[in-house]
Amino acid sequence: MTILGAADSGPSCYSRFVNEWFCWQYVEDRHVQITDALVEHIAITLAALVLGIVIALPLALLARRLPRLESLVLGFSTGVYTIPSLALLPLLVPFTGLSAATVVIGLGLYALTILVRALLDGLRSVPDDVREAASGLGYGRARMLTRIEMPLALPVVMAGLRVAAVSTVALTTVGTLVAYGGLGDLISHGVQRDFRAELMTAAVLCVVLAVVLDVLLVLLQRVLTPWTAGTR
Amino acid sequence: MDLFSQTWQYLLDADNWTGAEGLVARLLEQLLLTATALAAAMLLGLPLALWLGHLGKGGFLAVNISNVGRAVPTFALLAILVAADWPGSADFGPYGRAGLATLIALVLFALPPLITNGYVGMREVPSDVQEAADGMGMSSVQRFRRVELPLALPVVASGVRLALVQVWATATIAALVAGPGLGRIITEGFARNDYAQGMAGAVVVAVVALVLELAAAAAQRAVDPMPSGPSSDRDDALSVPSTTVAEAPTGG
Repeated sequence: MTILGAADSGPSCYSRFVNEWFCWQYVEDRHVQITDALVEHIAITLAALVLGIVIALPLALLARRLPRLESLVLGFSTGVYTIPSLALLPLLVPFTGLSAATVVIGLGLYALTILVRALLDGLRSVPDDVREAASGLGYGRARMLTRIEMPLALPVVMAGLRVAAVSTVALTTVGTLVAYGGLGDLISHGVQRDFRAELMTAAVLCVVLAVVLDVLLVLLQRVLTPWTAGTR
Repeated sequence: MDLFSQTWQYLLDADNWTGAEGLVARLLEQLLLTATALAAAMLLGLPLALWLGHLGKGGFLAVNISNVGRAVPTFALLAILVAADWPGSADFGPYGRAGLATLIALVLFALPPLITNGYVGMREVPSDVQEAADGMGMSSVQRFRRVELPLALPVVASGVRLALVQVWATATIAALVAGPGLGRIITEGFARNDYAQGMAGAVVVAVVALVLELAAAAAQRAVDPMPSGPSSDRDDALSVPSTTVAEAPTGG
């Protein structure tokens, strides 16, 4: 490994002749480019997740009221899962063009389908006797939802959000098809130029980003639902 | 929307379907890749997962392998395999350019749903049924073959279905690293600013994906030994983890 390769005067570890997989010199020399890609990756991921949450919440509440809508929503989500990401993005291009919005909407759609199911499962996991006790105490519909049902549904919802977050980080790389793939753009460039350090660095960063996001969500869940700490 | 009519024109033009680079050739290439990879992954993963589930060992690994599979981007793994000296991007028989690298990636991404569902399916067999089998004097192997395996089959079958969807998606992404399959129609279209071609490829990929999913769902219903009735309450208990968690798209 040429982690200390900067010291000697030979070809750097990412030159065409050496082409090492891991090369710290590359990270130092191109840190601006890498940081830009990482920031774009994070921005697209978070935007897609927020979009998914914002649409999933009202949709899940509606679907809970109307059983017919629920089967429609679940059928639609199975359909969306089935379509490969590389095919979903081109289908959005006529509407949003070659922009970051295409990637955000596409990934938001995948996240949305996971989150709607998680919300429905979570709300269903609230015990009926708790609901009855709350209405006996005089809780109305809105207060019941925000004070009783949502907090109790949180563990299941957060599990869904973790799945959505981790898979969105990985899927963002496919956005390179429309040139908004964050770290995926580096991977794509690395493959075309046979530039191993570039594609390996981007791949490792993707996995690290997914793990970091997952850990942050676990911590958030601990803070939001302190009563589950003992049972996990 | 002019692009829609152009896409339609592209799909109606017979020249785009025939020939070595045409839609039919690419479609057959991808179907062959998908079938090979799924068969290989089932041979590798299912015996291991079912036996571990029977013994009740290795659960942590079997359940968490799905999370690992989801965090690793398909595209990144494909890129690494293609850029490596082995398997590289050489032609591989009927699988075309970068065929071997693609096949390896497809098998790796098919394994998590197969292993997780195989293991979970075996573990979800009610313990009173297992005890009854022991009480009837069945040996461990008999219990595995005649009691646990049939009861686990619906969950195992849903794992196969998830793996199929995953393999199809991964095979499409192989085109981003100049691999074989229908994705090439999409990436070539985008590379040449011929968005109608990209759209047409995407439509074909999506339609075939939906057809495969529907066929797999039908096959899954066919193998279910107890399609309705007493097993339904058990399936409901299972559906909480398996719908929200297992069916989520992995890194593809």
